Amino acid sequence: MSQPFRHPDRGRVDRTRPLTFRFGDRTMTGFAGDTLASALLANGVHEVARSVNLGRPRGIVTAGVEEPSAVVQIEAPFPEPMLTATTVEVYDGLVAHPLRGQGWLAPEPDSARYDAVWAHCEVLVVGAGAAGIAAAADAAASTGDRVILVDERPPRPSEVPAGVRLLTRTTVVGYYDDNFLVAVQRRTNHLGAAAPLEQARERLWRIRAGRVVLATGAHERLIPFPDNDRPGIMLAGAALAYLRDYGVLVGRRALVYTNNDTAYRVADELRGAGVDVVVADTRADAPAADLPGARLSGVLGDRRVTGVRVAGRQLDVDAVLVTGGFSPVLHLYSQAGGRLRYDDGLGALLPDGCRQRVEVVGAAAGVGLPRCGPPPMPEPSDADGRTFVDLQRDVTIAEVRRATGAGLRSVEHVKRYTTAGTAHDQGKTSGLLTSATVAAALGSSAAEVGVTTFRPPYVPVSFATLAGRDRDDLFDAARLTPIHDWHLARGAPFENVGQWKRAWYYPRDGEDMAAAVTRECRAARTGVAMMDASTLGKIDVQGPDAGEFLDRLYTNVMSTLAIGAVRYGVMCRLDGMVFDDGTVARLTADRFLVTTTTGNAAAVLDWMEEWLQTEWPHLRVWCTSVTEQWATVALVGPGARGVLARVAPDLAVDVESFPFMRWRDATVAGLPARVFRISFSGELAYEINVATWHGYALWQALMTAGADAGITPYGTETMHVLRAEKGYPIVGQDTDGTVTPDDLGLGWAIRKSTKDFVGRRSLSRPDTARSDRKHLVGLLPDDPTLLLVEGAHIVGHTPLGPPPVPYLGHVTSSYPSVALGRTFALALVTSGRQRIGERLYATVNGTLIPVEVTSHVLYDPEGARRDG
Amino acid sequence: MMIITCPWCGPRNETEFHYGGEAGVAYPADPGVLSDEEWGRFLFVRSNPKGVLHERWSHNAGCRRWFSVHRDTVTHEVGPAR
Ligand SMILES: [Zn+2]
Repeated sequence: MSQPFRHPDRGRVDRTRPLTFRFGDRTMTGFAGDTLASALLANGVHEVARSVNLGRPRGIVTAGVEEPSAVVQIEAPFPEPMLTATTVEVYDGLVAHPLRGQGWLAPEPDSARYDAVWAHCEVLVVGAGAAGIAAAADAAASTGDRVILVDERPPRPSEVPAGVRLLTRTTVVGYYDDNFLVAVQRRTNHLGAAAPLEQARERLWRIRAGRVVLATGAHERLIPFPDNDRPGIMLAGAALAYLRDYGVLVGRRALVYTNNDTAYRVADELRGAGVDVVVADTRADAPAADLPGARLSGVLGDRRVTGVRVAGRQLDVDAVLVTGGFSPVLHLYSQAGGRLRYDDGLGALLPDGCRQRVEVVGAAAGVGLPRCGPPPMPEPSDADGRTFVDLQRDVTIAEVRRATGAGLRSVEHVKRYTTAGTAHDQGKTSGLLTSATVAAALGSSAAEVGVTTFRPPYVPVSFATLAGRDRDDLFDAARLTPIHDWHLARGAPFENVGQWKRAWYYPRDGEDMAAAVTRECRAARTGVAMMDASTLGKIDVQGPDAGEFLDRLYTNVMSTLAIGAVRYGVMCRLDGMVFDDGTVARLTADRFLVTTTTGNAAAVLDWMEEWLQTEWPHLRVWCTSVTEQWATVALVGPGARGVLARVAPDLAVDVESFPFMRWRDATVAGLPARVFRISFSGELAYEINVATWHGYALWQALMTAGADAGITPYGTETMHVLRAEKGYPIVGQDTDGTVTPDDLGLGWAIRKSTKDFVGRRSLSRPDTARSDRKHLVGLLPDDPTLLLVEGAHIVGHTPLGPPPVPYLGHVTSSYPSVALGRTFALALVTSGRQRIGERLYATVNGTLIPVEVTSHVLYDPEGARRDG
Repeated sequence: MMIITCPWCGPRNETEFHYGGEAGVAYPADPGVLSDEEWGRFLFVRSNPKGVLHERWSHNAGCRRWFSVHRDTVTHEVGPAR
């Protein structure tokens, strides 16, 4: 017979809508409104999982999110691991499997959509039981108040008060500062394959509430006894829920095992539905019990309960329904910063005040809960290793006693030692049981032992839901230069620099990266080449005190800069370590244009604002980012002057008229432009700036004008090689926040005058002033074809000798160089400048590569090439 | 998530702000005259109380202004600078 345990008329499932699903190798039916658990129970299936460590058969213990045992793998329509059978709604085509442990993720990407919304309300009520609905109705009576009522279950036929926004299938998972709560709404999960793709499957709600009412109810607790994990053993309240909500009988002959009075209502109602029930009460004074003062000492049956030994006799039963009292659900209250106090009368923790605007109502506040002590503990016995506290983690009383025996006193330590309470359910039904076991072992009380900290999330949340729309292309903004499409059309791969996409190199037919970079480097050193440098950070610094301001931030003096001149500058943090470098150009008496490294532009502007606003508010200076207002093209190489002359006929480009480290306003390719004679390669170079919307036109004009000279576009890789050959450091690659200007060989950029700059005092601290710091040096491998690995460690001897081997530094940059005709590297090496000419060793794949220490400037050290 | 009240923009989510550490640690008038120990103290030593801390925040995703508040490091209650 189909669904032999379905009661003929009880429950609220829709019997006109039968559904077919598969569990393991069995195909079964259920009804719309069933959970996977209720449908399995209707078919007489109790065993649904295996325990993770011991492999013991496990059943269904609860009827809700607190389920510690019935964890299943969903296979179809889309694989999902570790869902509780008690919360999965049945749909046609559902395929699930029993699980032992963790399950598996889908190998293909999830095609479902996830999103997030904000909501603001005067009152948020969590839990739509009787107490929650009453609280929502009360709140809604205040005119104009926005009231949101959240409930984790599917919609119920209960009355929703007018003016209340009800969110069903929605679980509040976290309660944070200032009444900020996060909830997960399951919108189409229950539809299976019929879920419309355009609808978000789950939605993350970020809710800011004026006040919060927690009507989160209470979770029933187990009582420990030997083999209390057998399928067929469940909470008494769950058996009642299966009857009332789903019309499912969890057995034909049941033992109800209790320490409180709620058991009798359960027994009566089950009897009314045709179940034979025997009530065994642990309390001696229990007049309504069939077996007062009883102890359950053993369970018969393996994959399903077949009988029990209780009060000295053996009973044939197919279900054991346990109630060890109730624990108010105070996870959210506790997360909010609420204090808890132990109530002896209820054997449970109750709310005891919170600084946030939150109140707790109904069973969560202890209202209507039965008087009872903590779950009674069995006397120590041989069966302790089969008496479970935490089912999902296979933690037994014996293990908790082992923990206390090892000297652990805090329940937090016992949790970490035994893993009790660390599973998907976070010990919802077992937390107080663990505490009671610890208390019994220490001769203490549950009140003194307390419970472990409640941490979000209240129920497991999938990463897909947390990510929402912030994935793939929408994960982060991409910043593109105005010349981006040209790079794309040329087949350039891109390098991510912060959010910027920068062209890396431009391969010609069949070229690999090494070949392309060699060709691009050769063009820049012997002909003419150009690069899109638009991503360079640019800050417009204005005001009568702008020069004074820059003097305070840069290691060198900027206020003496002539209008029309450019100076290289280094900035330090307060600790004297290099923070950024770039150029400063004086545009007018009270206006400077500052450039920064691409990745640091925002940080430098923040740094300037912080000093201006917090320390030097009297300085009349204003800073504005103009990075995206200017497109910049670097025109580089001995042939650069000729190309520039062709596109800027009105500009005097000879060395005398336009010397190094000067800028000029000019018309370039018919466009208003500002041209800087600065160089990041050591070659004759111009950086031509035009308004962003002219960037593409400038690029094309230069390509055309330089065509007969063989003008070669180059990317960031070639830029890196060219600058490294000249020993120009890249902040963040050759530095790591522990490097001073002097370490980099930039001592010349530190002013001679005693006038202070940010970080200056730190440069004379004993540690920064010592001579054996790590210095930036060059390394030439003995084998000129061998490329060192960036990050490789440097040591002084081979063989290494016994550890600890003195570590001398590491390789920061390493490239093959066409200009040097060999490979080379930059490295930070202890006392590096004193070691020039020495032989050291770099570790590459476990072998020691001999290298010679050189100056960090390997190409054109006399600077003969900059004027072309 | 805390709500922090920017004196210019009003109450906003914490994610709009950037933390700036303890307030009231002024840059020395003449760092050159400080001993290494005094300078080290200025650089590295902060009060780190369990309780109310006077601290700096910048409304980075808003008006970009720096301001200071009092915040309880235990309860995360934020109040205006006193
Ligand atoms: Zn603001």
